[in-house]
Amino acid sequence: MNKKRIGVYVCHCGTNIAGVVDVENVAKWALEELGEEGVVVSKDNKFMCSSVGQELIQTDIEEQGLNRVVVAACSPHLHEKTFRTASERAGLNPYLCEMASIREQVSWVHTDKAIATQKAKAMVAGAVRRVAQHEPLEPIHVPINEATLVVGGGIAGIQAALEIANAGHPVYLVEREPSIGGHMAQFDKTFPTLDCAACILTPRMSEVGMHPKIDLMTWSEVENVDGYVGNFNVRIRKKSRFINLADCNGCGICEQKCPVKIVDKNFEAGIGYRKAIYRPFDQAIPNYPVLDQPNCTYFIKGTCKACEKFCPTGAINFEKEDELVNVEVGNIILATGYDLYDTKKIPQYGFGRLPNVFSSLEFERMCNAAGPTSGEIVLRDGVTKPKSVGIVHCAGSRDLNHNNYCSSICCMQSLKFAHLVHERTGATIYNFYIDMRTPGKDYDEFYQRVLEEKTFFIRGKVSEISDAARNEEEEGKLVVQVEDTLLGEQRRIPLDMVILSAALVPKADSGDVAKQFGISCSSNGWFSEKHPKLDPISTMTEGIFIAGCATGPKDIPASVSQGSAAAARVISYIETGVLALEPIRATVSEENCSGCRICNDLCPYNAIVFHDETMVSEINHALCQGCGTCVAACPAGAISGTGFSNEQILAQVKGLLMLDFAEPELEKVP
Amino acid sequence: MKYNYYPGCSLERNAHSYHDSAMAVGTKLGIEFVEVEDWNCCGATEYMSIDKISAFTLSGRNLALAYEQKENGDLVAPCSLCLLNLQKSDHHMQESQELANNVNTSLAEGGLSYKPGSVQSKHLLDVFAKDIDENEIVEKVEKFLYGLKIAPYYGCLSSRPGFDGRENFDFPLRLDNLISLLGADVVDFPLKTHCCGGHMTQISEPTALELIRRLLKNAVDNHADMIVTICPMCQLNLDAYQDSVNKYFKTDFNIPVLYFTQIMGVAFGFEPKEMGIWQEFVNAKEVLAKILDEPPKVPKEKRASKTALPMAKV
Ligand SMILES: Cc1cc2nc3c(=O)[nH]c(=O)nc-3n(C[C@H](O)[C@H](O)[C@H](O)COP(=O)(O)OP(=O)(O)OC[C@H]3O[C@@H](n4cnc5c(N)ncnc54)[C@H](O)[C@@H]3O)c2cc1C
Ligand code: SF4
Ligand code: SF4
Repeated sequence: MNKKRIGVYVCHCGTNIAGVVDVENVAKWALEELGEEGVVVSKDNKFMCSSVGQELIQTDIEEQGLNRVVVAACSPHLHEKTFRTASERAGLNPYLCEMASIREQVSWVHTDKAIATQKAKAMVAGAVRRVAQHEPLEPIHVPINEATLVVGGGIAGIQAALEIANAGHPVYLVEREPSIGGHMAQFDKTFPTLDCAACILTPRMSEVGMHPKIDLMTWSEVENVDGYVGNFNVRIRKKSRFINLADCNGCGICEQKCPVKIVDKNFEAGIGYRKAIYRPFDQAIPNYPVLDQPNCTYFIKGTCKACEKFCPTGAINFEKEDELVNVEVGNIILATGYDLYDTKKIPQYGFGRLPNVFSSLEFERMCNAAGPTSGEIVLRDGVTKPKSVGIVHCAGSRDLNHNNYCSSICCMQSLKFAHLVHERTGATIYNFYIDMRTPGKDYDEFYQRVLEEKTFFIRGKVSEISDAARNEEEEGKLVVQVEDTLLGEQRRIPLDMVILSAALVPKADSGDVAKQFGISCSSNGWFSEKHPKLDPISTMTEGIFIAGCATGPKDIPASVSQGSAAAARVISYIETGVLALEPIRATVSEENCSGCRICNDLCPYNAIVFHDETMVSEINHALCQGCGTCVAACPAGAISGTGFSNEQILAQVKGLLMLDFAEPELEKVP
Repeated sequence: MKYNYYPGCSLERNAHSYHDSAMAVGTKLGIEFVEVEDWNCCGATEYMSIDKISAFTLSGRNLALAYEQKENGDLVAPCSLCLLNLQKSDHHMQESQELANNVNTSLAEGGLSYKPGSVQSKHLLDVFAKDIDENEIVEKVEKFLYGLKIAPYYGCLSSRPGFDGRENFDFPLRLDNLISLLGADVVDFPLKTHCCGGHMTQISEPTALELIRRLLKNAVDNHADMIVTICPMCQLNLDAYQDSVNKYFKTDFNIPVLYFTQIMGVAFGFEPKEMGIWQEFVNAKEVLAKILDEPPKVPKEKRASKTALPMAKV
């Protein structure tokens, strides 16, 4: 290759870098000291990312014949693309442009100007030596399969599926429960507008059910995921409903005739019953029942078959087995939602011991006109109307013993409950809150409305709910013990009924699901986004997107927005047809691989396959994200990373070590 | 298994039965308790509020002595207050170098020194409820306490502030679990971590009596035959002052209060007398006579009424 002609550009980033690093000095030094390394131009600029800064690079490439560029500025996460594109515009292969992060790694973490300046020089030297070893690279192009898999049919998944399908692209929607709808289908009213949940949700659900572009698979689970962005191969298990769907007309006679009645812990949140053959609710989509094998008398005792006897179309099939289907998709959206925190884990609140302590989802079902009490708010005896009701915010949230985060929806949900109790029973209501958080549109207005309904608000964390009466007044009541922090007093409030606004927690299997799809979870267990602010619906794995409460607690509007956002991203991929991927990939040298398989399980993106015939490992370049884990792990040194070759890394290390850090004055190490 | 053992003053006096039963039960389980040589009083609650440095020094001395025989293992205290004082002193000495220096200056007078954080201390309950495998306990049971309904009482000092990161201090369950291993029924006892009044009996008797009344009532309301405690102070207040409560409030409580090690002993086949039972004020004879040979038949759970809503159960 012809002689290296390297241009160095040192950015001030306003005062972000220049406040701590002597930027002019670094630029001057690079030209003087790194001439031997090929530096022919070195400049500083207030904002390299501005169009002036970018033009500077372009002009120098064109006029000075630069064939390598180093930009010492912020983290490559932010502006690598900017400067590589600028270089490309001037005809330089973008991978011949390298960044030195002298903001995140220097000016933001140091205060001593002399040392910071010296470190910045070392970083520049490293980048210069490294870029000299760079080769031109071409991005990898992968075709995008037009179909999309959406996992989870709550409101977020429904929204995503509809957006993509309405744009004319096929969608597979996989839902584990018998019906789509998610948690929203359990609610009666939704805050802050109090519109009926079913009225706004069920039209969407039936649209999904009837959409020609949506292949809806309920009572199904994803079993295996292979492949990479654009070309995923997914195996789905459609669990047997023990019904021939083609024959079932959804009349529901089987459900009426089934003699087994069991507590429905899912849809009815444990406060109502269902049969062994059932649809979770009347508007279920699809409308076919599911036979619950472990609870079915026929499967337990060998006799019954009442459903079969009465089914007018002969649709019941006790022999029916699970079905496995394979689908190929280009992108995947995970909208698997949340679980409600089990308030039995806060034993001092008495849930599971004291009958009239209810969980928030129990209360939602109670309020629902189609629920176990037909919408009547009553005590556990099923008949008595409460005269006084307490609503405990933050049950299991914002508490180091339980979940250290705010569940974000519970304040509004508690206010909604207060309003419903007020409207339907006229009871005296106490809301126990730590801080009131009503930041959404029209949310605080709703709070004010509930205040005007004469709800009592006590600011303090409830310490205990018990039936241990101290006096006549408390006898037979639930007593809420709380420190009223505004009054500065301990208070005991005797009540008929208490509702615990439980925390939202990641789905019990969220860790397994994350692993299955090759994405990661935060320390709390929510799916991690690629960037919490700028890319909240992407993950670090290309082609896998996340939406709704699966990424953290949020309300319906936010879940729906994320569903739409994820869909928009997927549609843009589909419309492009092909996707250009970074060519930064690892490659196994067939000759050098000893077949030890150490690398196989280490890859966080499952990109390494082992060929039994040839006994060597191979890396799938579309899956590989160039993280370098395998490169470091291979004992045979058989794996090299494009853009991360040993020569490049060693050159960078040598550059970094050019300066002696022990001496405050700039000394060149011989 | 071997531990250092710091009995504290009560176990040499009113709570002798606690000590005797703990030793007997421990021996049966193959545990050796080695008494800390030349230990002193922990200072109880009062001393802390009178003179902090001296109070910390009292416990600091016990810690220093335990350290000298550290080869015997962790330091075990059967009294919740003793344990709290040990842990509190150690904790504050770790937090404050100045305090540690002050305590050590005093200890030096007696030729001792203590490096904060070097002794692990724990409650006697944790030896039996955590360190020992559940199966080992069950294996040693010769007479399951079938049919006995017990209110597990932890008291306030064993629960908070939880310097050793112990289980849910708002509503602990390890004593409940231990009792059910012995075959007895644990009743719901919401006030299980509430205060017994402590030394308030000496300062303001009516206040103490009200605190005691609440606990007795809560146990009786939940159909307990007996209250089981893990602290000499709790036992003393609930047992010895029961009569005063009855006189003061015109109530008729008559519920025995035993140490958890005493009922472990009964289950392990010791004679009640060997366990120091019958020394209590409210005699446990009648209640212990209730123990059945077989587990009582649990009636199949019925719906409370036709209209009642189902309920999740702990
Ligand atoms: C008591 C309560 C009241 C609330 N009230 C309101 C309100 O009034 N207004 C409001 O805006 N918000 C409210 N919320 C919040 C609201 O529930 C959520 O914002 C919304 O349900 C989130 O939708 P989602 O689709 O992300 O998750 P979900 O509703 O949880 O749906 C997820 C779906 O994915 C399925 N699934 C999960 N894992 C898998 C898997 N591995 N494979 C296949 N399928 C899977 C689940 O079965 C479920 O159907 C309330 C929350 C609670 C707890
Ligand atoms: S009775 Fe038969 S047709 Fe009717 S819902 Fe049941 S399976 Fe379907
Ligand atoms: S670690 Fe290296 S030698 Fe072992 S299988 Fe992987 S590539 Fe081959």
